[in-house]
Amino acid sequence: MSSHEGVDHDVPLLELRGVRAAYGRIEVLHGVDLAVPEGAVVALLGPNGAGKTTTLNVCAGLMEPTQGSVYLAGRRINGAAPDQLARLGVCTIPEGRGVFPNLTVRENLSMMTFSGRSLPEVEAVAYERFPRLAERRSQLAGTMSGGEQQMLAMARGLATDPALLLLDELSMGLAPLIVEELYAIVAQIAATGVSILVVEQFARTVLGVADYAAIMASGRIVQVGTPADLEAELSSAYLGG
Amino acid sequence: MLAVLAQTGAGALENFLTFTVFGVVLASVYFIAASGLVVTYTTTGIFNFAHGAVGMLGAFAYWQLHVRWELPALLSALIVLGVLAPLFGFVLERVMRGLEGVSTVTKVVVSIGLLFALIKLAPIIWDPKGSYSVPAFFGTDKVDIFGAGVTYHQLITIGVAAVVALALRWILFGTRAGVSMRAVVDNRSLAQLTGTRPARVSMMSWSLGSMLAALSGILIAERLGLEATALTFLVVNAYAAAVVGRLSSLTLTALGAVILGLAQAYTQGYLQENPSWMPENWSLLAIRGVIPVLMLFAALLLMPNAPLRTQGIQRSREIVGRPTWRLAAIGSVVLVAITAVVALVVSDADVLTIGMGLCFAIVMLSLVPLTGYGGQISLAQMTFAGFGAYAVATWFDGSVLGIVAAILLAGAVGAIVALPALRLSGIYLALATLAFAFFTEKFIFNQRALFPTTAKPVRRLELPFVDLSSDRTYLVFLAVMFVLAGLLVVWLRLSPFGRRLQAMKDSPAACATLGMNLTRTKLQVFALSAGIAGFGGALMAGLQRAADTNQFTALQNLPILLMAVVGGLTMVSGALAGGLFLASFTLVPRWIPDFDVLGTTSRALVEDLFALLPGLLGITLGRNPNGAVAQIGAALRERKERAALDPAERTSRLPVDPVADLESAGVDRPFTDEDVELLDRVLAIDEAEVAAGVTA
Ligand SMILES: Nc1ncnc2c1ncn2[C@@H]1O[C@H](COP(=O)(O)OP(=O)(O)OP(=O)(O)O)[C@@H](O)[C@H]1O
Ligand SMILES: [Mg+2]
Repeated sequence: MSSHEGVDHDVPLLELRGVRAAYGRIEVLHGVDLAVPEGAVVALLGPNGAGKTTTLNVCAGLMEPTQGSVYLAGRRINGAAPDQLARLGVCTIPEGRGVFPNLTVRENLSMMTFSGRSLPEVEAVAYERFPRLAERRSQLAGTMSGGEQQMLAMARGLATDPALLLLDELSMGLAPLIVEELYAIVAQIAATGVSILVVEQFARTVLGVADYAAIMASGRIVQVGTPADLEAELSSAYLGG
Repeated sequence: MLAVLAQTGAGALENFLTFTVFGVVLASVYFIAASGLVVTYTTTGIFNFAHGAVGMLGAFAYWQLHVRWELPALLSALIVLGVLAPLFGFVLERVMRGLEGVSTVTKVVVSIGLLFALIKLAPIIWDPKGSYSVPAFFGTDKVDIFGAGVTYHQLITIGVAAVVALALRWILFGTRAGVSMRAVVDNRSLAQLTGTRPARVSMMSWSLGSMLAALSGILIAERLGLEATALTFLVVNAYAAAVVGRLSSLTLTALGAVILGLAQAYTQGYLQENPSWMPENWSLLAIRGVIPVLMLFAALLLMPNAPLRTQGIQRSREIVGRPTWRLAAIGSVVLVAITAVVALVVSDADVLTIGMGLCFAIVMLSLVPLTGYGGQISLAQMTFAGFGAYAVATWFDGSVLGIVAAILLAGAVGAIVALPALRLSGIYLALATLAFAFFTEKFIFNQRALFPTTAKPVRRLELPFVDLSSDRTYLVFLAVMFVLAGLLVVWLRLSPFGRRLQAMKDSPAACATLGMNLTRTKLQVFALSAGIAGFGGALMAGLQRAADTNQFTALQNLPILLMAVVGGLTMVSGALAGGLFLASFTLVPRWIPDFDVLGTTSRALVEDLFALLPGLLGITLGRNPNGAVAQIGAALRERKERAALDPAERTSRLPVDPVADLESAGVDRPFTDEDVELLDRVLAIDEAEVAAGVTA
């Protein structure tokens, strides 16, 4: 359930301060500072291995920062479990397909009932936006096409009323047309006031819906601004990063 | 079967039916037990070796309620299944919770520790001298089915298995909780991201698993009677069925259970003791008892490659230190010197016990290259030691050649076991070696042709310059032998072969891509390790002047692995510590003054406690996977380092801030204007823009 009440609107919904994170002894985030203002869409861009997924994992509670803090609506959430965060309204759609391949579409949807909606309600929301899923409700999610799987994953963003949506490489391996369709939904979700942090490697599609963009390279945020500001810088970051 | 029917004619059909019913009943029990194992393994990634022991405990609890306290059968069963088993599952979840990120060896050891502790716990609560029979449901009443008498108990057993199958299906596919369990299996972190509490799911699956184990124990106790070890290992038989189901498919598990049950029933009915093709003094009847382990072995070999779930980028918490020659030399001298002094002062009985400790230490030492360096789990080291003992008892009568024969025989057996098991690793290898240990105990070591009596006399080693006939001299000799074997292991660790073992443990996949021949390395280390174990077994037989098969049973392998891991598998000193710990469990109670306490004697009490220790120590390993010796070493080093460091210079590698939990955190940090300013600078956003919210 979205936790919009009680949030001080001057406080960004999500904020990372000096976040460092490591896999074993290898540090990959070297002090990330980033904020997602309430109701804004922030795009996090950068080359392969920059640490975008790691940043998102830290926000989602899948990894704990070794230093620095993550704040959600002003609350320090270091060490919070991903399931706690999910129930507080942080919806994370991870890299690759965020679906359970050996569960049917319907069972996947039933996993979205944790936020308080009943299964029929979740189904209604999902099938209304993605009629194709209705036809496949008894099919194993893993046997669907990549686009359909990503739709199923996105349905969680619609059905669970999140306060914050974390998206990782929505476009990976998908046809441009489907990517466009998916980003139309992102825009639609954003219009309802949900704050969104979206990671993409390639900027074009995402900059259309983003309010702000941050560029990441080698574990640091190197540039922040509006999409217009950044478009010019992007190419140099990729070449230099 | 048709051939058998044709031959034996009238009456044979009833016979056949009776055996078939018996087989189906067994299959039902196996299925119930195996399904519990599969449920917990798939959802938690932990193969619970103690599953059988939980079943055993369930059967005892049922007896306590129903027979001793005379509660009605149904009520007793309900209390066990509905209250006690889920509670036990709750405890299990607590025990297993800390096991994320540790190596498979540690996981195996923890559940084997539990198995061992429970097997030792049952006779402490329920005096093994008492008689415990569990009446069948509805007594001995029978119904007639095609001429075969089937008891109600049998019918109920079959019916319960069917209900369990349907209920499991319904739970897993028809309920939200079941869907969550399957979701966790499918993708654990994604399940968390969808709000699933993994601890709750684990708790459910441990409870469900415990219930199913207890149910199978209650159902089979009627036929088997209550004896902790037998009952435990009967449920262990069900592991074969679970492996047929590849530890994931309940349907295949059911199939495996049926094959297993029928095979056991028919061999019961139709097997000849000594068919004409068998040599004399060999009995085929023993095969009945080993059908499950043969099937387990076969099913393991037919497993598809790389079925382990735990493969992936994972650094385990264990560390392997490098030994140095200097330390090894000092250790050797100290050990022999101390042993020489000890040999002079302690009592006759203690000399033997300490000697046993050194022999155990040598057998544990065999695990250092195999498990400590190479990461391969074996639950058959004591069995290999048994082959060594057999060799010295049979050949060369006290000559050094006997020891050589022991090493060679055990090494060869090790290689033969390893050959088919080469593809296996992790729990599958542990299971395969355990299956081999059972096979050997039940089919090889109890053949009259090999061991005319359970303890076969052995002539102690005769050396040219020293007389080993005194136990005290032999004790010092054992210390020297440990030192020799230990130096061999140190040399191995420092040699290129040792590096290859290490590489094999760290990343089998990388080794393969680098063109390293893992098969050969694995075979070599298995043979070598079995050879060392055989050496230990031969020395043990020499110490006792007998090769006693009771010391080489499958069960005896468990304390060896447990205590070796407790001491520390990656170091020679760890093996020594493990062996001496194990001996001390016999030694210390002997030193306790004997007086009456709590309705028993102090000595009996301490003995009971010490019987539990290997298991309990194994269970606590989750916290300290590097073993006791390494732990002590690390503590000493840390003290030294601390002393060397200026306290002001010390930096903490832990997160700076304490971790706040979400509920208590609240909005505890009002956002200051400076903060906002800073943030705006970082983000390069206009204040106006932020206030306006979303811009196009
Ligand atoms: N599980 C892991 N173990 C060790 N190192 C890792 C792991 N995952 C990522 N890394 C390393 O961390 C760094 C950052 O990885 P991350 O996945 O965050 O990058 P990314 O920006 O998402 O890249 P991509 O665009 O390819 O998805 C990389 O150098 C990567 O090699
Ligand atoms: Mg990524």
